[in-house]
Amino acid sequence: MLNNKGRPTQPVAVDNGEISIETFTGNMGLRLESPLIFEQGMPGRIGVDMADPRPVKVRLGGLERKGPIGLPDLSEPQVLRHFVRLSRQNYAIDAGFYPLGSCTMKHNPRINEKVARLAGLGDLHPLQPTSTVQGALELIDDLAHWLKTITGMPAVAMSPAAGAHGELCGVMAIRAAHEANGESRTRILVPESAHGTNPATAALCGYKVEAVPARKDGRMDLEAFAEKLGPDVAGVMLTNPNTCGLFETDVKKIADMVHEVGGYFYCDGANLNAILGRVRPGDLGVDAMHINLHKTFSTPHGGGGPGAGPVVLSDALAPFAPIPYVVHNDSGFDLVEQAEGQAQKSFGRMKGFHGQMGMFIRALAYMQSHGADGLRQIAENAVLNANYVRVGLNDKLHSPFDGICMHEALFDDSTLKGTGVTTLDLAKAMIDEGYHPMTMYFPLVVHGAMLIEPTESESRQTLDEFIGAMRHLLDRAAAGDTDYFLGAPHYAPRRRLDETAAARNPVLRYTPPAPTEGEETAFSAAS
Amino acid sequence: MRYMPHTALEREEMLAEIGVGSIDDLFADIPEEARLGDLLDLPLHESEMNVEKNFRTLAAKNLSPYSAPCFLGAGAYQHHVPSVADHVIQRSEFLTSYTPYQPEISQGTLQALFEFQTQVALITGMEVANASMYDGATSCAEAVLMACRVTRRKKAVISGNLHPHYRDVTRTTLQFTEFETEDLSPMLEGDEDFDTRITPDVACVVVQTPDFFGRLKDYTALAEKCHEAGALLVVVVNEVVSLGAVKSPGEMGADIVAGEGQSIGVPLSYGGPYVGLLATRQKYVRQMPGRLCGQTVDQNGQRGFVLTLSTREQHIRREKATSNICTNAGLCSLAFTIHMSLLGETGFAKLAALNHSQAVTLAEMLEKIDGISIVNDSFFNEFTLRLPANAAMIVEKLASKGILAGVPVSRLMPDNPDMANLLLVAATETCSDSDMNAFVTALAEVL
Repeated sequence: MLNNKGRPTQPVAVDNGEISIETFTGNMGLRLESPLIFEQGMPGRIGVDMADPRPVKVRLGGLERKGPIGLPDLSEPQVLRHFVRLSRQNYAIDAGFYPLGSCTMKHNPRINEKVARLAGLGDLHPLQPTSTVQGALELIDDLAHWLKTITGMPAVAMSPAAGAHGELCGVMAIRAAHEANGESRTRILVPESAHGTNPATAALCGYKVEAVPARKDGRMDLEAFAEKLGPDVAGVMLTNPNTCGLFETDVKKIADMVHEVGGYFYCDGANLNAILGRVRPGDLGVDAMHINLHKTFSTPHGGGGPGAGPVVLSDALAPFAPIPYVVHNDSGFDLVEQAEGQAQKSFGRMKGFHGQMGMFIRALAYMQSHGADGLRQIAENAVLNANYVRVGLNDKLHSPFDGICMHEALFDDSTLKGTGVTTLDLAKAMIDEGYHPMTMYFPLVVHGAMLIEPTESESRQTLDEFIGAMRHLLDRAAAGDTDYFLGAPHYAPRRRLDETAAARNPVLRYTPPAPTEGEETAFSAAS
Repeated sequence: MRYMPHTALEREEMLAEIGVGSIDDLFADIPEEARLGDLLDLPLHESEMNVEKNFRTLAAKNLSPYSAPCFLGAGAYQHHVPSVADHVIQRSEFLTSYTPYQPEISQGTLQALFEFQTQVALITGMEVANASMYDGATSCAEAVLMACRVTRRKKAVISGNLHPHYRDVTRTTLQFTEFETEDLSPMLEGDEDFDTRITPDVACVVVQTPDFFGRLKDYTALAEKCHEAGALLVVVVNEVVSLGAVKSPGEMGADIVAGEGQSIGVPLSYGGPYVGLLATRQKYVRQMPGRLCGQTVDQNGQRGFVLTLSTREQHIRREKATSNICTNAGLCSLAFTIHMSLLGETGFAKLAALNHSQAVTLAEMLEKIDGISIVNDSFFNEFTLRLPANAAMIVEKLASKGILAGVPVSRLMPDNPDMANLLLVAATETCSDSDMNAFVTALAEVL
């Protein structure tokens, strides 16, 4: 069919089997490749115009750099195009569904980005006189109030930079508290299902880590816990809801038991999203808990950071909180920056300056947008969505633990047995369906684990389509279409990558090729 | 509530599908006495318009360094961030993506990390760099832990001229480990005596250049001393723009470089988030903390990138990991990479030269004021002034005139009476001639 300009309006049918789909450029339509930035330079270009330096008497102490560094020179449009092309090789929550358990990949409101960049917030220097940053200190104090109210805890340490850094803060406070009592305890108890950061953190605080097994219902085994408890136990690190997506029903008993032997209860707050406004950790006997602002309060993940991990503390641990912190007196807000006076018991400083202010701004905007009513609705819809997915899949996939789950649905790989398809293969096939894979092989206590956290951001229509796609893939695996899975993903910017080769012979940076004789590369010309 | 799609009807229908009567049934596992009946004692949800107003009100209570002459430094520096950098990091595909554990759909983040690692290795003069730490101070602490693992020794000797936050964070991080630090006192004149302190139990010596007071140091001889004794040299750089002008730590023989990358691409943001840099020699790579991105090929033989050597990390090795770090400074490292790509060899060198010329110009103006002297024999874009009066008081007086004069050394070294009159002053490309004139005039007035 031709239009009135003589131009075809319908595609001509071709047999794809007979034509090569390889292209000259390596691009595939909108799938645009970009070489390494180092392979695109040409000496003499610049992407940032600036004033010429004044001729001055150099005062560098004779340490002037002699040779070139080896950076490529590019113009602004080249750099922009390079990174825009790279961006399009990424999956993102704005583009699709991330059923990624333990990670709380939810909607990232743009107002948060806007206010984080306001003049007078995003551009403040951390060492301005406090008289010139009263609004910033008020903001930190306000966020602290929200966090304390949400968790029902009396104090919060704001400076930790991420979840694992928050764990370090909490466990250091525990150790400092024991030492202040003249006690040197040696062990920390951690459930087998814990995040890897828990044992790694305890080890960094000089503690021996002992794993506590789970019961058949996915909760910590209280008998085993009681057996391991003793006067040398500094504390327990428990995620609640736990990493199996279940609420630890005996949580208050666990708190009492650890308190009875003089230990403290550290709660890993990675899963706070499930309980916002429904229960306060402070009412469960928690002594310390980090809050991942980049999970629960949606400061974006940004491809792996930055995060923020404020730690709420009980009265018993609050005196040991790290410096700095914000205080309020008659003349306004101020910072306590030294471990002396009122902060004399502080275990010290964990980070340069005062914390992840950029994340504080975003998290507070998120909280104000939701309010007390919206926060409660977050937990409700997150748990509703997880259970909806659980019920939608539980005739096709096996739940290792019966009953209602919290904000994430956990399955094992028993229904894949005999198909030749593994959890990993299934996950890679999900990519072809347009989804980010679920969390795989975690928690470690469940064979071939698949952990699905839909979050409150997703609509019922998204969940229905996801459930449909999963059912389709599981049927396909059961029908013996193994090769399809082993080859997946088929439609991603890359096929499966050779991770073994990457680890065996680590290539961690670009190295310019040795120039062949008579040929001058961009790099060698710069040298 | 604008962020949540379910209607009341949908919630009812979904509950029916699940087979429960009410939302409360989904929370039945929570001990009854701890369940909250009422809403939290917090305000109700607000419109986007009102939220924006709230933050504008808070912002108006602060003095923006962009609306005042600003000479603040001490580990965080005001530099121009090109609009391309801030635009690209706000693209959905970078801003709202997860850690690149699924490499097939994360090549954007991964390739950018590979470029970041290469840039950091190049400017520090080292062989390899990781995919970032939280900030310079935590990177310094991790570098010390790493040196202890590499050497199997237990003590770090810390220069007194290291940024006090870096010293404190290192001490905090090590306090409950088997490792310890020996902290030297700050020295305003002469060189620190490390030779007698590099004993056989010393894992590393930690020094900074430009140091906390802004002085540039050549640590080549110190590196040799360390190596003779089987110890490592950790060099801290918290103004990375300096590396465009001066000899790199790698050229001096550093074994680990711990740095703060904020100056390139990352806004001041009242102290965070920033981007910690950590670079070292290839032979120590398996003792490094944090994420590493490596090059490989896919099933079709096409070049691609993956997170690699994860057997060092907590999610695999748990309590035996090289660090407990998980989340890093991903998006800030991307901003760094974009800004550094825009600068290139030519721009990075020019930016460094411009910063130095600004600082020299300002120093020459300040030196003419009676009673003021400059402590430094050398500097890059920041130097220490000795004032005839208490520096913190002078800074307050100048702040009331709308000038952010610098950082009183006493804010970071409060217990040292020798420091009371010292003021750290930084001048970057963002300072105009009129900024400098206003500062010099106002300072002469208040003295």
